[in-house]
Amino acid sequence: MDKNEHIQSGILELYVAGALSDKENEQVYQLIQDHPEILNEIKEIEKTISVLTASVAPKETDTSFKNILIKLVQDRERPSKVIPIQKPKNNWVTYTGWAASILIGSTLLFNIINNNTLNDQLAEEKQQFEEQLDKANSSLAENEKLLTVIRDKDIVTIPLAGQNVSPESYAKVYWNKNSKTIYLDVKGLPDPPEGKVYQVWSLKLNPLTPTSLGTIDGFLADANKIFNIDNPNDSQAFGITLEPAGGSESPTMDQLYTLGAV
Amino acid sequence: MQLEELVVQFKNKNVKAFESLYEMYNDSVSGVIFNIVRDKELAQEVTQDVFIKAWNNADTYSAKKGRFFTWIINIARNAAIDKTRSKNFKNNSKNLDANIFVDILETHDSLDNSTDAIGIKNFVGKLKDTCKKLIELLYFKGFTQKEASENLEIPLGTVKTRNRNCLNELRVMLK
Repeated sequence: MDKNEHIQSGILELYVAGALSDKENEQVYQLIQDHPEILNEIKEIEKTISVLTASVAPKETDTSFKNILIKLVQDRERPSKVIPIQKPKNNWVTYTGWAASILIGSTLLFNIINNNTLNDQLAEEKQQFEEQLDKANSSLAENEKLLTVIRDKDIVTIPLAGQNVSPESYAKVYWNKNSKTIYLDVKGLPDPPEGKVYQVWSLKLNPLTPTSLGTIDGFLADANKIFNIDNPNDSQAFGITLEPAGGSESPTMDQLYTLGAV
Repeated sequence: MQLEELVVQFKNKNVKAFESLYEMYNDSVSGVIFNIVRDKELAQEVTQDVFIKAWNNADTYSAKKGRFFTWIINIARNAAIDKTRSKNFKNNSKNLDANIFVDILETHDSLDNSTDAIGIKNFVGKLKDTCKKLIELLYFKGFTQKEASENLEIPLGTVKTRNRNCLNELRVMLK
């Protein structure tokens, strides 16, 4: 067969469909090597099929490549599957027995103590209210300052979503590219365990390069959990990991708490 | 960069090449998947999985076995079919098997009035029913020549020639 006969036969259309046997695929591959016209014909067929299949794609979906990169990063931090150890079956009779006696005991105790402490409690609550009011007044000024920051037109808001190690966690970055600073809201992170500290990372996705923005040392002490950090980087994403006190050179990916792309 | 070069770079785990190939084929992959699962969110999820799978298995692709396009579309079909077989899959459309890609073109939102979309809809509408069915089986469902011949009860050779004629009509119209 000459090359035009091959083209006319319809075998190239089936080649693009992947509907041929391995042997036939090899034959076509050989034809491509020998005749550039065959390759051109295949490219034309491929173009037609690719336009046709693309026309069926759902509209108005977020198809940016960023989503793929984020999934790849997440896959990397995903630990290999662990089979959970079976919990020993509890003897419910023993447990309910214990529960009942604890309940009765504590109710009695509560009634005795209750009267004595009621007065103390009232005084204490009053004290607490006063303190709270005082705090509210001073934080009002602070909140107003934060609000102006958040409302600034130059601010980009980036939500950071909880990752495998802590799906419930969340955080938010308010990034002012002009002043090269970020406000980091980490109210949605659990208190770090002792000896550990959260570390903030600016990420470039392609290729994945993390740059440390520092550790959040005052996490426990800070009431509103909003931190102002310098960020001179051209960040594509932000992430927060839990690291040993003092921070790490590079992020510990299996301790990635939150992640979000710009 | 030429496609061949992109594919080589992709096999060498070059993210830029991966991105270019993604931009080229993302819509086709997602179209094939959507035609099988018929659910927008699910189609998006499976599409992402397919590209990640392709990236992770890039070294298994060989130009000797076929086109890159053919390879990735094949991964897409298999992933979508797997999804419809998983126990979590809710079969919203009662006769999923009777649906063909043409239905999607016909029901695509009128919001999308780009000339391209209208054009393709018209062109495909003009194809004979036998052509629509054949294209569905070969390109959207991944039937082999033999399977298509059995399904449509036509001789093996007819699959080849008829399919070429159908695509030629489309090619002329799309030009």
